[in-house]
Amino acid sequence: MSTRLNVLDHAMVPDHQIMTKEELTGLLSLYKITSDQLPRIYHDDPAVKTIGAKPGDVIRIIRTSHTAGRAESYRLVIKRPKK
Amino acid sequence: MPSPKRIGKIEFGLLSPKEIRTMSVRKIIWADTYDDDGFPYPQGLMDLNLGVIDPGLRCKTCDQKASECPGHFGHIELAKPVIHVGYTRLIRKLLRVTCRSCSRLLLSPEEIEKVIGTEDDLTGEVLSEKDIKKERVCPHCGEQQLKINFEKPTTFSEILIEDGKKVEHKLTPADIRARLEKIPDEDLKHLGINPDVARPEWTVLTVLPVPPVTMRPSIILENGQRSEDDLTHKLVDIIRINQRFKENQDAGAPQLIIEDLWELLQYHVTTYLDNEVAGCPPARHRSGRPLKTLSQRLKGKDGRFRGSLSGKRVNFSARTVISPDPNLSVIEVGIPLAVANEMSIPVQVTPYNIEELKQMALNGPVRTTLTQPCGANYVIRPDKRRLRLAEGNLETVAEQLEPGWTVERQIRDGDIVLFNRQPSLHRMSIMAHRVKVMDGRTFRLNPAVCPPYNADFDGDEMNLHIPQTEEARAEAAILVAVEENILSPRFGGPIIGGIHDHISGIFLLTNQMRWFTKSEALYLLKNIAMEQLPEPGMEKDGVPMWSNKQVFSTILPKELNMVFKASSCQNCETCRKELCERDAYVRIFDGELESGTIDKKAIGAFDGQIVHRIIRQYGMKRAADFIDDITHLAIRSIMLDGFSFGIDDEDLSRTEYGQIDEVLSNAVLDVQRRINIYEDGQLEPMPGRTPDETLEMQIMQVLGKARDRTGEIAGRHLGLGNSAVVMAVSGARGSMLNLTQMAGCVGQQSVRGERIMRGYDERTLPHFKKGDRGSDAHGFIKHSYKGGLNPTEFFFHAIGGREGLVDTAVRTSQSGYLQRRMINALQDLKVAYDGTVRTTGGRIIQFRYGEDGTDPMKSSFGDPVDVKGIVESILKEEV
Repeated sequence: MSTRLNVLDHAMVPDHQIMTKEELTGLLSLYKITSDQLPRIYHDDPAVKTIGAKPGDVIRIIRTSHTAGRAESYRLVIKRPKK
Repeated sequence: MPSPKRIGKIEFGLLSPKEIRTMSVRKIIWADTYDDDGFPYPQGLMDLNLGVIDPGLRCKTCDQKASECPGHFGHIELAKPVIHVGYTRLIRKLLRVTCRSCSRLLLSPEEIEKVIGTEDDLTGEVLSEKDIKKERVCPHCGEQQLKINFEKPTTFSEILIEDGKKVEHKLTPADIRARLEKIPDEDLKHLGINPDVARPEWTVLTVLPVPPVTMRPSIILENGQRSEDDLTHKLVDIIRINQRFKENQDAGAPQLIIEDLWELLQYHVTTYLDNEVAGCPPARHRSGRPLKTLSQRLKGKDGRFRGSLSGKRVNFSARTVISPDPNLSVIEVGIPLAVANEMSIPVQVTPYNIEELKQMALNGPVRTTLTQPCGANYVIRPDKRRLRLAEGNLETVAEQLEPGWTVERQIRDGDIVLFNRQPSLHRMSIMAHRVKVMDGRTFRLNPAVCPPYNADFDGDEMNLHIPQTEEARAEAAILVAVEENILSPRFGGPIIGGIHDHISGIFLLTNQMRWFTKSEALYLLKNIAMEQLPEPGMEKDGVPMWSNKQVFSTILPKELNMVFKASSCQNCETCRKELCERDAYVRIFDGELESGTIDKKAIGAFDGQIVHRIIRQYGMKRAADFIDDITHLAIRSIMLDGFSFGIDDEDLSRTEYGQIDEVLSNAVLDVQRRINIYEDGQLEPMPGRTPDETLEMQIMQVLGKARDRTGEIAGRHLGLGNSAVVMAVSGARGSMLNLTQMAGCVGQQSVRGERIMRGYDERTLPHFKKGDRGSDAHGFIKHSYKGGLNPTEFFFHAIGGREGLVDTAVRTSQSGYLQRRMINALQDLKVAYDGTVRTTGGRIIQFRYGEDGTDPMKSSFGDPVDVKGIVESILKEEV
């Protein structure tokens, strides 16, 4: 039995998914942005590590929202910068 | 316009002595400023090469006039180096991490690698003082290291141990500089210093830049005397000491004198840079005022950043005390004639308005009565020359007016102005009102707009701004107007509505059933724009009568349908609806109030359900009119019967006083009984609590219940005939608790939610026995405010009251700072047309504003759609 905690199983951690190339181009053209205008997330974020996303990937995060019921958000994985 | 540029990087460095000399246009050696003819000494502090401030002279460096020359730096060669106070921390760190003999880092390459990482995997960390062990041996030259002591403001010394005694050996700035000079560039990089722009020895000054005269201008007083700037004064001191120092040095003065002079020079340079350094007496003016030197110019509220760059002053604004005027509309603001005469709006002369403007110019700047038409203060010719209108030139100027000129006319009724009260915490703190010129010296406003400004009339002052262009006026009218800001984006409900007397008045009018004769009805409706009275509700002895609900219904829109519960609703288990004995079931059917009392829930600021419904159904303008009608009707209603409160309104009858005494003495006995149980060790503690805590909780509970019981007893006696009850029930002001405390019993005073425990050893006051746990020994006040407190009760009351005061003081300062930081972080975000929230750089913060894209101001208390309200208004039934 593994004692490691899978953060994705925690009730308060929303669903994280790695987006495919096609999904990403669709997203970028929908908002008319380049990927560096997306919100960011560090590569060593526990959820990012768990789903195995690498810097440069874009993650879709699906949350339950107080206001909207369900809300999608997207984040670009970047390497944690040196201090 | 220049295109926007992206900032690649910002470099922070120090000025090297070489740079200081290069940028200097003149070496300054004389401490004097002007000679007897008032001409600057060459090489003095006001040397003409440093820029000019006197009109007529030309700068010797750039040959420009006083207004154009930006000023140029000079320099002073210091006799000996001195430490820059701003960098003492850095110097201390560098002295402690480097060797006293070879100035290399006191770490071996392996130890450095441990902290900053290997070449290709840097941790991004830099070395700090903590990484070096105390008093070790240099790994490079084997020298034993000594402890470096730093004494504020600028003294460094080494601690030697001689014969088992500690001996302090002072380091001169020259010694320090010599050590810093030897630190290799490579080692500096590990410490987070870029040696190309900031060699550490540059923190010890050998040459001092002299700022241009333009940033330290001298002013000429009325008596013709010159008064120099504080910086100049300080520079004079520095040069004087510096010269003396040099002379003594050249004459070979004894070491003791040299050291004294050196310290004096250090003091002057230190206070020149910062006159508020710890451990250093501030340099003072002859009058005793501390000098404002370099650091003081930048720091603090009135410093360069907060005072000059972020904060500015504006023209076309006015400020005075505010006072209420219930006869004004909420969209109006009363302005004193004196203010209206002083303030102006520029109007372009066109063929269409030339006659009107000529008349204004003729009227001139003097307007003595409200009935007089407005005049004008200035006219501006097409060549931008301003002509002041005065008694003598009115006719000539008016005659000259033609298209292309501009007339600055005075403020008159109907002009749109911005009205503001600090602190401007939300958008409703600035709203646009219509002007109403009035007598008196205060700004007047309808009390219904007090909640958004958070204003009252205990001496509050407010600001007024006059928009000067058509665009500004259009924006004010469309975006900032009061009618556009009735809804608060904070909670999606109306923030403007009836307050205090409006609620009491409308409650008195609409509660239960009442009938008015025609003259009474017309008295009430005098200020309401209404074409005719409705059909009378009944006839009594042949006299037509109108009900109070009919009178109220005249101000409702005709198609309004609502059902809700008033503030006075007690949430009974089974609602008796229309038959409610408190008349708290409000039902409006096709614009007729069928049943229920109108109070805070219906028309109050923050709650106003009817106001909210009207905004959703008819728009903001209609709601503003409704609020005006409400305030007018309520004021007439409260005046019909009159409304007052006095000390005898807190009187109860003998039976009530007997009951209250009984309840309280029973409670005191109960407390004593529980204390006895506790002291016998028989008290069963509650889960998770000590017996001590359990007892405290029980006592608080018993006494709290007793206080409430006295309130009920008092409430039984005081009915709706009592003004305080009317105010509490309608929600206008105060609560039944306040009434309880006035008539029944003030109750337990607390500090941090517990009974008062502080004071002397095991007792709060010397009036009590040690260890007394009784109710009166720990702040229970069994008297009422009306009955009067005894001395110990009064003291406990003061303790409890002080806690409240401290809490508010702390909370305001903390939340103010919190808000400041939040606004700084959020100020440039905006909702783009595609619904995303973005920064100015186009970076996305939220993919949809608030995740649901709802404008909170247009929401119904947070919900995008007010389903219940819509259904109810269509079905005309409660759902």
